[in-house]
Amino acid sequence: MNDPLFEFCCRMGDNTLVLGHRVSEWCGVAPVIEEDIALANIALDLIGQTQLWLGLAGEVEDAGRDADALAFHRDVWDFRNLLLVEQPNGDFGQTMMRQFLFDGWHLAMLKGLMTSSHDQIAAIAEKSVKEVTYHMERSSDTVIGLGDGTEESHKRMQDALNVLWPYAGEMFVSDNVDAAMVEAGIAPDPAALRAGFEALLADVLGAATLVRPEDDFAHKGGKNGVRHSEHLGHMLTNMQWLQRAYPDATW
Amino acid sequence: MYAQMIKSTGQGVKSLDEMEPEERAFQERINAGGKIEPKDWMPEGYRKNLIRQIGQHAHSEIVGQLPEGNWITRAPTLERKAILLAKVQDEAGHGLYLYCAAETLGVTRDQMTRDLLSGKMKYSSIFNYPTLTWADMGAVGWLVDGAAIMNQVPLQRTSYGPYARAMVRICKEESFHQRQGFDIMMKMANGTPAQHKMAQDALNRFWYPSLMMFGPSDAESVHSAQSMAWKIKMNSNDELRQKFVDLTAPQAEYLGLTIPDDKLKFNEETGHYDFSEPDWDEFFDVLRGNGPCNTERLAARNKAWEDGRWVREGLLAHAEKKRSAKMAAE
Ligand SMILES: [Fe+2]
Ligand SMILES: [Fe+2]
Ligand SMILES: [Fe+2]
Repeated sequence: MNDPLFEFCCRMGDNTLVLGHRVSEWCGVAPVIEEDIALANIALDLIGQTQLWLGLAGEVEDAGRDADALAFHRDVWDFRNLLLVEQPNGDFGQTMMRQFLFDGWHLAMLKGLMTSSHDQIAAIAEKSVKEVTYHMERSSDTVIGLGDGTEESHKRMQDALNVLWPYAGEMFVSDNVDAAMVEAGIAPDPAALRAGFEALLADVLGAATLVRPEDDFAHKGGKNGVRHSEHLGHMLTNMQWLQRAYPDATW
Repeated sequence: MYAQMIKSTGQGVKSLDEMEPEERAFQERINAGGKIEPKDWMPEGYRKNLIRQIGQHAHSEIVGQLPEGNWITRAPTLERKAILLAKVQDEAGHGLYLYCAAETLGVTRDQMTRDLLSGKMKYSSIFNYPTLTWADMGAVGWLVDGAAIMNQVPLQRTSYGPYARAMVRICKEESFHQRQGFDIMMKMANGTPAQHKMAQDALNRFWYPSLMMFGPSDAESVHSAQSMAWKIKMNSNDELRQKFVDLTAPQAEYLGLTIPDDKLKFNEETGHYDFSEPDWDEFFDVLRGNGPCNTERLAARNKAWEDGRWVREGLLAHAEKKRSAKMAAE
């Protein structure tokens, strides 16, 4: 196993990188200008957080790779993001549902990290919590507004939840990297965040008149890199193309 | 600039003597450098002209997201991606302030959007050109935002208050965009041979379309004369174009890039650069819808609007439900 701290930083940074990329795909084509602005803002926050997490991962690894080297020069099997965040945007409802599910986990994780024994991690968490609190407010308001909107918007939001639900469980699966983080007082155990997430779901889905799917089957393989979905390779093809086509250039 | 070929009344400018007292007072206030505010009396021609102008400017900001959005997912570093995202976010913000400014004149954002989507209202010709390499992100910031600034800085003193105030906010951000674009050009022009080639190619493709942004010569135009009397246009197109060339030519030289114009040369006598006019037939083709990307740009906006319909309707329905629940509770 790689250094668990390096793994952990990559997990955090790859989540924000991959989701930031997905959200940025909305640029210029959102349903209203206010959403164009808000989505760009969320993507911008996530890319900023990526610079911090992957920057720290590079320091921990101490092999001369910086955040850009990690973002643009690793292949699919080295990515450690959750399967949820690499899922395609779908319609606006699916994008916002994915955001809401992720924000629910992300905010709880960051709050836990604020008291991390690792000073740099605590500092990143403190900065990120402010941003992610806003993401959470926005995504939950949107899920509620569209869930409890028209018949069509309700149906689309329920469909989005059904499609994404099998990717929610991976957020709360703990493995030996997590165990090492808990052991060192660096990060909370993801499994311990589940109860809070269920309470959030009950609140928001209730207000949105949406139904939590019963089947808790969860796809796995993103956070440990064992088996990503086919979507990630296409994303990297796009994201990394320029860096890889002109490896001797500086930008 | 983002508003081109804006029609005014089409009549000549009236002298103060020819005006009714109300209009005379209006014009005298403008002549004295005063501001017109939404509740003030204004001639119908002034109002309509401004709606066309501010609306076209707003549409340009919105459509202008697309050529740059084209590179956000392919930006070569995290820092460049963040800068480009922030820029495109600013442009959407500019669109929003400008729609708000136009709404003070009695038109709704929805109506203006419908007119954009149907092709009835225009946006700047420049956004109908494709962005083909990363250097284009430099060229757009440097040249396109640069040309926009030429026009927008004087408009901070325009006679219509809400428009002038929107311009003050916008200009600060545009000059930031221009510097960031120039910074990309520096990296590219001084980079590897391939990067330098991209930079030169971007300049080759964007030079004349940037000159076209100012519109054809309007020295003889009755529309311009009226707009200038109303101070909703502050300079002639030729004046601004010359200023742009004078400022940009030395910057290109500094970058080690060649402006694609054999005639470009500093003229000691006039103190200005001589330069070639762009191909105005191409300009009119673009305005008629035959630019390289007109179809895609309009299709992208139409698709976004159609795809977003259920979202707008859903959020509206929810807001209604909340309002009536609140009323029932009271
Ligand atoms: Fe702008
Ligand atoms: Fe602009
Ligand atoms: Fe700009």
